[in-house]
Amino acid sequence: MSTESQTTTESFESFESIQRSQVPAESSSHHHEEPTGIWSWITTVDHKRIGIMYFMTSMFFLGIGGLEAMLIRIQLFRPDSDFISAELYNQLFTMHGTTMIFLVAMPLAVAFFNYIVPLQIGARDVAFPRLNALSYWIYLFGGLYLNASWFFGAAPNTSWVGYANLTSTEYSPGLNVDFWVLGLSILGVSSIMGGVNFITTIINLRAPGMKLMRMPLFTWMTFVTSFLLVTALPVIAVALILLAFDRFFATNFFVVASGGDTTMWQHLFWIFGHPEVYILVLPAFGVISDVIPAFSRKPLFGYAVVVYAGVLIGFIGWGVWSHHMFTTGLGPIADSFFVASTMIIAIPTGVKIFNWMATMWGGALKMNTAMTFAVSLVGMFVLGGLSGIMHSSAPVDLQQHDSYFVVAHFHYVIVGGLLLGMFSGLYYWFPKVTGRMPNEALGKLHFWLTFIGFNLTFFPMHFSGMYGMPRRTWTYRAELNVEIYNQLSTVGAFILAISTVVLLYNLWKSARTGEKASHNPWGAPSLEWSIPSPPHHYNFPALPQVRSREPLWHEDERKEIEAITLAEPEVEPEMPNPSFWPIVLAAGVTLTWALVMTGRWWAPVIGLVLTAIPVYCWAFEDPFAKKETAHG
Amino acid sequence: MADAAAVAHDDHHYTSTGLNNWKLGFWTFIGSECLFFGTLISTYMAYKGASIVGPYPEKVFDIPLTSISTFVLLMSSLAMVLALDGVQKGSKKKALIWLGTVIVMGAIFLGFQYYEFTHFIHEYHLTLQTNVFGSTFYVLTGFHGAHVTIGVIWMITLFIRVLQGKMPPEKALQVEIAGLYWHFVDIVWIVIFVLIYLIP
Amino acid sequence: MSAHADGAHASPKFYVMIGIILAILTAMEIAAFYIPIASHTLEVSILLVLSAIKFVLVVGYFMHLKFDSNIFSLVFVAGLVLAVFMVSALFVLYQVLPGTTPPQFVGL
Repeated sequence: MSTESQTTTESFESFESIQRSQVPAESSSHHHEEPTGIWSWITTVDHKRIGIMYFMTSMFFLGIGGLEAMLIRIQLFRPDSDFISAELYNQLFTMHGTTMIFLVAMPLAVAFFNYIVPLQIGARDVAFPRLNALSYWIYLFGGLYLNASWFFGAAPNTSWVGYANLTSTEYSPGLNVDFWVLGLSILGVSSIMGGVNFITTIINLRAPGMKLMRMPLFTWMTFVTSFLLVTALPVIAVALILLAFDRFFATNFFVVASGGDTTMWQHLFWIFGHPEVYILVLPAFGVISDVIPAFSRKPLFGYAVVVYAGVLIGFIGWGVWSHHMFTTGLGPIADSFFVASTMIIAIPTGVKIFNWMATMWGGALKMNTAMTFAVSLVGMFVLGGLSGIMHSSAPVDLQQHDSYFVVAHFHYVIVGGLLLGMFSGLYYWFPKVTGRMPNEALGKLHFWLTFIGFNLTFFPMHFSGMYGMPRRTWTYRAELNVEIYNQLSTVGAFILAISTVVLLYNLWKSARTGEKASHNPWGAPSLEWSIPSPPHHYNFPALPQVRSREPLWHEDERKEIEAITLAEPEVEPEMPNPSFWPIVLAAGVTLTWALVMTGRWWAPVIGLVLTAIPVYCWAFEDPFAKKETAHG
Repeated sequence: MADAAAVAHDDHHYTSTGLNNWKLGFWTFIGSECLFFGTLISTYMAYKGASIVGPYPEKVFDIPLTSISTFVLLMSSLAMVLALDGVQKGSKKKALIWLGTVIVMGAIFLGFQYYEFTHFIHEYHLTLQTNVFGSTFYVLTGFHGAHVTIGVIWMITLFIRVLQGKMPPEKALQVEIAGLYWHFVDIVWIVIFVLIYLIP
Repeated sequence: MSAHADGAHASPKFYVMIGIILAILTAMEIAAFYIPIASHTLEVSILLVLSAIKFVLVVGYFMHLKFDSNIFSLVFVAGLVLAVFMVSALFVLYQVLPGTTPPQFVGL
């Protein structure tokens, strides 16, 4: 196992000595002035700026998705309520799910991939900086396109799984599903490109000595997630293409009367949909696998096992999809297979839980906001995991399917897993990004409001589900006796909304007036903490040599690395020029997809031809061409 | 292992494995494309025999004709490796001849496909909308054809670059990556030909 | 691991030879289609094996995977294995290969 880290534990410096060694963060006067202004952000290819843009945009969509959730909760506060119409309710829960998964959860993780991964592996940027910018702009335009449906009064209304043949032109004649099918296709393009980019970056841009088994866990989980992205997204892309053909060109894929098969949609959707669950949660696992050791002052317990468990989760995650389809009636053999594979996947997940606990055991715990969020993830995810194991059993699932019990389950997994993990990472890396410390008092307030609000919202849903309240139904009868649970949920949702306001206020305030952060305020072990906070645009003046898993926890290695990473270079490393072709190309891609809505086959072809122009301009642009003025 | 001086040496072409980023990224993309075509092929196969009205595959497929176009596409892969060999050896003449061959063969394949599609439509009245077979067949082979079309455009671009003398052996990687794409499109057809056309 | 994986790998003669083998295999496939083979399973197996050989030849030699770094194989095979797994699973669920009978949708 991890003999390397265990034998070297004694040589770790004490936290105090690392802190004492730190020079106060003094920004050097002859430091390269970074260009500012809107144009510099539009044309940026810097992974750090793109990461920040991903973060801001996902927060914007979190606001929209949260607002949709609040309207849903207000509607459900009382039985037989008519606060909003059934049709609007359909649109709200569909857009809430679609927004939260595709426009908030995934991009939020990608924001961290972008900002943190190159820093953790000792790289100056990602492998394909312009492609990275393209991914971002396509995400933004795709998200705006999807939400533009509100202005047509035709937001998608067939739930985030969009089961055939409810989505057929026969049953959904409006623009609603058109927006959904095309919007998601656009977003898929962005995710596949992001996946390719991060796989290449992590394999190819590690600093000397940064072997795979020395990479921080967050980078490892990004690696696994990227593989899931490039493999799972093409499947949903095809499913969406089939649906789009059905809708725009009257094909028969999901038309039962012509021999089409609606179950095929379910298969394709969940072949993508289950790996997607791990796309969402593995990055959070990665974050807390870095945060917990940093604030336990101990290397991660069983590093190799945690890595392999993550890889195994990613792999087995491909073989469990039909557990979403037990009620479809696939037959006993298929059901048994998927029951077994689903139960098996709990094992590597459980392994990780125990590794985190063993890391904390006997550690010098520092319970700040980042650590508190990380620890709460361990507990909350276990709750979500346990209810998951419950409905991994087909007969149990038949009872729980499409009830609020399932809603409780996956919110424990996604909010209790992904969101808590991302908040943990946010507080952990905040000083690196802004150069200032996050406010701990506000952070703790945010934590407790989130923790209480989250549990108050979703725990009662276990009960309302058990009492038979169905999902995706705009109201319920008083006779069902679930009013109290719904009222608790609604109160909890309001507390969650308040907690988000506290978070945003804290981010805004701390970024402006927070205490100045040194380059390694937490005394953390990985490479991103060896460079100034915030980093120079080139990250590393020269590439450091890595010799262990916790390079900054070994005094001699740390001094050697910091001598390189904190030095002012005589000549600044050459970085790729900004480019505005990514945003133009993203506009072209979005336009092409939007033109499909016309239902004329030649319309998107015109879009494609127009898109070819930026493709060629991009291909023949030299990213390292010397500008007229001296660089920098 | 690189010593400190080499590490400090600034080079934006540095990679930890020594492998080129674009080539690695492209192989990853090809891995991703396997899932794309895998899904389309699965759909076709799962829907086989599900059509309620004709025409059915056994009636419309013209195996001799498709065999010829299959053969042309396969041989274009050979031309592709020879074109790459030409570029790597700095032989402009060889590169142009073989790249030209790839373009012509790709165009022939597309011509056959165009003929096949129009023939099916006019002779057998098999359209995208006719039955499940029509839907699955045209979407699968159509997406493959779109990939071939992009490949031909890419090859024409490279042909022009070679003609302009802008493709020295140091830049052979550009041709190699285009070649990877071309070969991948070919292996997809190898699978399609057997699963869709030959297996009864 | 070779640092420069993009050098020349084989002679044109070698590529032509692979091309000829591929052509012969294709001819065999077409022959297998026309020659009446009693067992349907045998015929399908022959066709699948022949196409698999062609696949491997193109990927291994024309795409240089056999000469190149294993890392290229890794990122490609990761996708390929999952694709084969998914296709096989759907073939089983939809009973595509075993018989000539029209698939009976398991779900219905």
